[in-house]
Amino acid sequence: MIDVVTKKLAFCHLWVAFGAFLLACFMGEYQVLERSGFIPAIESPSVYFASVSTHGVLMAFVLTTFFIMGFGYVVATTSLKQPIWNPQWAWAGFGISSFGTVLAAIPLLTGKASVLYTFYPPIIGHWMFYVGATLLIVGSWLWCVIMIMMMREWKQANPGAPVPLAMFATAGNALLWLWTSAGVALEVLFQLIPMALGWMDTLDPGLARTLFAWTLHPIVYFWLIPAYTAFYVLVPKQAGGYLFSDEIARAAFVVLIVFALPIGFHHLYMDPEQAKGWKLLHGVGTFVVSLPTFITGFSVIASLEIAGRLRGGKGLFGWIGSLPWRNPMVLSVILALLMLILGGFGGLVNASYAMNAMIHNTAWVPGHFHLIFAGTTVIMYFAIAYYLWPIMAGKPLFSKDMALVQLWTWFIGMTILTTPWHVLGLLGQPRRISGVEYNSLLTLAWDPYELAMIFGGLVMLGSACLFVYNLAMTHRSQEVFEGEIEYAEPIHPVTDLPEYLNDFTLWNKVIAGLMALSFGVPILQFFFMKTFGSSAWGF
Amino acid sequence: MHIDPLEKKWAYAAVGIAGLFVGIILIDALFHGINAPSNVETIDSASLHLSEEFDEDNLGVQVDESGTITIRMVAGRYGFYPKHITVPADTSLTFRWVSMDVLHGVHMPMTNMSTMIVPGYVAQVTTTLPKPGEYPLLCNEYCGIGHDHMWSNVSVVAKEHWTAPGKAPSKGGQDND
Repeated sequence: MIDVVTKKLAFCHLWVAFGAFLLACFMGEYQVLERSGFIPAIESPSVYFASVSTHGVLMAFVLTTFFIMGFGYVVATTSLKQPIWNPQWAWAGFGISSFGTVLAAIPLLTGKASVLYTFYPPIIGHWMFYVGATLLIVGSWLWCVIMIMMMREWKQANPGAPVPLAMFATAGNALLWLWTSAGVALEVLFQLIPMALGWMDTLDPGLARTLFAWTLHPIVYFWLIPAYTAFYVLVPKQAGGYLFSDEIARAAFVVLIVFALPIGFHHLYMDPEQAKGWKLLHGVGTFVVSLPTFITGFSVIASLEIAGRLRGGKGLFGWIGSLPWRNPMVLSVILALLMLILGGFGGLVNASYAMNAMIHNTAWVPGHFHLIFAGTTVIMYFAIAYYLWPIMAGKPLFSKDMALVQLWTWFIGMTILTTPWHVLGLLGQPRRISGVEYNSLLTLAWDPYELAMIFGGLVMLGSACLFVYNLAMTHRSQEVFEGEIEYAEPIHPVTDLPEYLNDFTLWNKVIAGLMALSFGVPILQFFFMKTFGSSAWGF
Repeated sequence: MHIDPLEKKWAYAAVGIAGLFVGIILIDALFHGINAPSNVETIDSASLHLSEEFDEDNLGVQVDESGTITIRMVAGRYGFYPKHITVPADTSLTFRWVSMDVLHGVHMPMTNMSTMIVPGYVAQVTTTLPKPGEYPLLCNEYCGIGHDHMWSNVSVVAKEHWTAPGKAPSKGGQDND
């Protein structure tokens, strides 16, 4: 049973998330049209870069953070069966994050903060943008505290018992986010805000990039963990089976959380301000963090196989056909895994230290992260929403068929959008250009791919509209739906769980050690060597 | 704690796959010297014109007594200066890049000449360009509203047709059309 406070909190968070998402989808389609140059009437670099900056902030910061908070409250109360710890804090967090979002949106939409969501000093935007983005993160810290406190209270009430896997992952994600956001918080508080307000004359872009790299990799795992949580705790039950292994899932989450953090320099492979030894160290760590994904792929597919065979599937591949493909959660996980395999392959190219030079900052990179974030991750956000909405609203989903069409079109649109995007990168097209102004024969080869991307984006935009429409119409239904959130049971019940797979105290210390090792000297070097600051520039 | 034997096998396989990739990368980096540009060398971007190395007369292609080719380039909104350079194919080239204003990035499509150009730092890339032809140099990092227009040209000519430029290299300002 989900209590009223949790339902209200969850709906508020999730509607902010999906409202931002829909707006950002329209911007995405505008951007792919504008940058193709096929319609001269809409060509405008200033509108384009304002739009790209807003699209990035809405998708990467607003959709994700609000979704994760809302889903987290539901997971915490239903898996632990205890009310939200300090609901006033939860509402305060929602208020602070929402206020921050509005504050950041004003300069973004008026073109006064076209600095992209990755900031890129010494270009400096309006101070309201940085303050707003900071408040958005500060609000989410309250959520982190609530998640960690709820897990701690539950453990005190149930000594020795394994924390439910769903909560273990969610509290782990809260810890991950506190560590993750510290890097960008340092950059914004000590460099960007003082610079934007004119309190400081110069800043070191090398240090700024290093601090941002601290955040830039684990933030992706912060977004991804709710999807993985659904893979492990919701999918097997929806498919009609059992979770393959609870312990291995915990181990995967631990490795994901611990090794997501000390590896951010794979975003700085091409940067001159860090030495090759540090880059290699982070590069090796990047491959370590691919392990939990390998394990997750195995576990999820094994769980699906159990379900397929329980449903009467026979033979080597027969179980695939007998899966409930018309269950939105099951369809989503199949499509998510397909995109994860393709996106993961691209990611290995990016992670490969030397090969990275071929694709760095080309169109390949947004192609890659759209596939893996807007593909694998967001399709699971859809699945979670389709699952939660009827349970929370107490009304059946407006249309299940529409949900299935929406998931398929999202997948098909994503394939049509990102395949040519990757190819454009290999053909040398830079990312983040608002149009093709190069007088070079090379660019002639780009046109057909741009056309395909526009079409893919259009399919996805239609899909996004169907998604939001379906959820909105669910609220208007007169019928009654009664259901509970059902978490998957492992085939082998968890018995003697070692404390390191039931608690994060040890891992928090390991993270501190690894962060000191991999970021200590690279950050301190800026204070020991003779550096030259850059003054602020407009855009 | 229960771990399925099949899962254990897969875990070993996954470690093997990741280990293979890491091994290749480390061997390339440590024994073949294939590394990303990482020289951690600082410079005052606000006074490049006063610096010895990146003074206007020193920009472009230069060959020292030992025959080493160094190409010094300045990135600034919105272009890479000098706007056009000619370099030999199949020859080791060392590019030294600095920014005079904001963050830039540069790559030559179809080659591995790629680096970020961070103000305050010198980015150095050593590479060999195997195929002669006309290549653009494209700015690949958002540097302002005119970012799309930031590019310049490189002519890669066959080794035997290339002659080292005299002491006064190109001073920029050439039309790139």
